[in-house]
Amino acid sequence: MDQALSNNIVLNVSNLKKSFGDFHILAGADLDLKEKQNIVILGHSGTGKSVLFKCIVRLIEPDSGGINVLGQDILALEDEKLTELRIKIGYVFQGGALYDSMSVRSNLEFPLKYTKGAKRTQAELNELVEEALVNVGLIESIDKMPSELSGGMMKRIGLARTLIQKPNILLYDEPTTGLDPVTSGEISELILKIQEEYNTSSLIISHDLKCIEITANQVNVLKEGKFTASGTLDEMKHHEDPFVNSFFK
Amino acid sequence: MTKSSKLKDAIADFLLGIGDMGAFISSIFKSFLRHGVNFQEFSRQCYRIGNQSLPLISITGFILGLVLTLQSGPTLAKFGAESMLPGMVSLSIIREIGPVIVALIVAGKVGSGIGAELASMRVTEQLDAMEVSGTNPISFVVTTRVLAVSFMLPLLVLYADAFSLLGSYISASTQYNISLETFFHKAFDVIHYKDLFPTTIKTFFFGLSIGIIGSYQGYFAKRGTEGVGEAANSAVVKASISIFIIDLIVVNITQLLT
Ligand SMILES: Nc1ncnc2c1ncn2[C@@H]1O[C@H](COP(=O)(O)OP(=O)(O)OP(=O)(O)O)[C@@H](O)[C@H]1O
Ligand SMILES: [Mg+2]
Repeated sequence: MDQALSNNIVLNVSNLKKSFGDFHILAGADLDLKEKQNIVILGHSGTGKSVLFKCIVRLIEPDSGGINVLGQDILALEDEKLTELRIKIGYVFQGGALYDSMSVRSNLEFPLKYTKGAKRTQAELNELVEEALVNVGLIESIDKMPSELSGGMMKRIGLARTLIQKPNILLYDEPTTGLDPVTSGEISELILKIQEEYNTSSLIISHDLKCIEITANQVNVLKEGKFTASGTLDEMKHHEDPFVNSFFK
Repeated sequence: MTKSSKLKDAIADFLLGIGDMGAFISSIFKSFLRHGVNFQEFSRQCYRIGNQSLPLISITGFILGLVLTLQSGPTLAKFGAESMLPGMVSLSIIREIGPVIVALIVAGKVGSGIGAELASMRVTEQLDAMEVSGTNPISFVVTTRVLAVSFMLPLLVLYADAFSLLGSYISASTQYNISLETFFHKAFDVIHYKDLFPTTIKTFFFGLSIGIIGSYQGYFAKRGTEGVGEAANSAVVKASISIFIIDLIVVNITQLLT
């Protein structure tokens, strides 16, 4: 990808620290995400990639450090303001996190119906839901229950449910892990398409080289709780640190 | 670790647990006051609770009345007081045994169900997904379930009472030839408002504690499948203990007041 990036920073993480008991998971992580940028985050299992995402939306409270999202200090926000800002951040969970007591349709309607101040007619809801499902290629599953879907389908529905709120920033937690190469390629293309169509910025946790090739403008490597290297995919492949280029072998 | 420091840890955990529970309860109240309750989800939960527990409660209620009458009949007969049988049975069932038994059954079926369901929502990140999408999981998931149990339990108790009296009548009529009319006349003669009122309040609190404890165990479940089983299990144990404690408190208060 070679499109010009603006210098507007939409998400800034500075010196972020988080420990669980004696385990120091994040130890001063710094990150800047610019408008329309897709950053892929690489790191070994258990280094705290998901914890970083959860800190960004404050599902987990960090111990110290700063997080600025769209110009607002998210760590200082209270209930309502926090909710408003969270709606602008789309979080695509590792397993899809579909509400298993609801059909696909209700899953997608849910964030539209029950967020504060949301007042849409059923016709408007139907239209938005159908559009989102067409986007991920699963319109025929609209009346299925999550238990009737495959893992890959769940991930795509999860993605559709996130996109329906039209977020500005997207956090993808391993969007292609565990999928076959074809589906995983489709999802990667979808991530790119979304970015181009809606001008979103994304952080993508992924080890999938194909996904990285398709989506990334930049790759950041998380090691021992800090980002130790960043650059384009090519730069990372030829990085002098063996730890960094070990991801591409 | 020495014994005393283990004890200290246990006490600290217990106190922290009470603090967490207090915070949880206050967040339920806050979200109820702020957002009210989602009526559709509330009704769905009420329906599920009824559906889950009606058959068991009918059978248990019926057998309870039958057995209680069978057992107390001969004792009363010894003192020539058979005629007091319907009153005695109805009073003990409606005041005490009915509410406690039904609450224990509901704790076992519904409380554990809520615990397991919420725990699995926690494990599969459904609760997290709700939170980040700007919908309040306490309001949508917890408040609806807590209110549904609190609302349904008094109804289920009344329903079980009816089945108990039916069981009791069948037993009494076969043993002592009491007519339907006499039986129910005598059974209801002893029941006053002042018996029904504290009982209903009590069952409401039973329901509240089953709902809150079940939700709490599930909402704060440990990650992993293990957490689901653990949440279901401790929901039943803790809810059952809380039922006995609430019962003890209410019995004491009503005795002080009357
Ligand atoms: N809520 C929590 N409480 C305690 N420890 C946690 C919690 N969440 C995560 N951890 C711990 O933090 C560490 C990092 O977890 P995290 O889920 O961020 O890993 P990850 O980098 O996403 O790994 P993976 O690639 O396997 O998903 C792990 O050791 C995990 O046990
Ligand atoms: Mg992870």
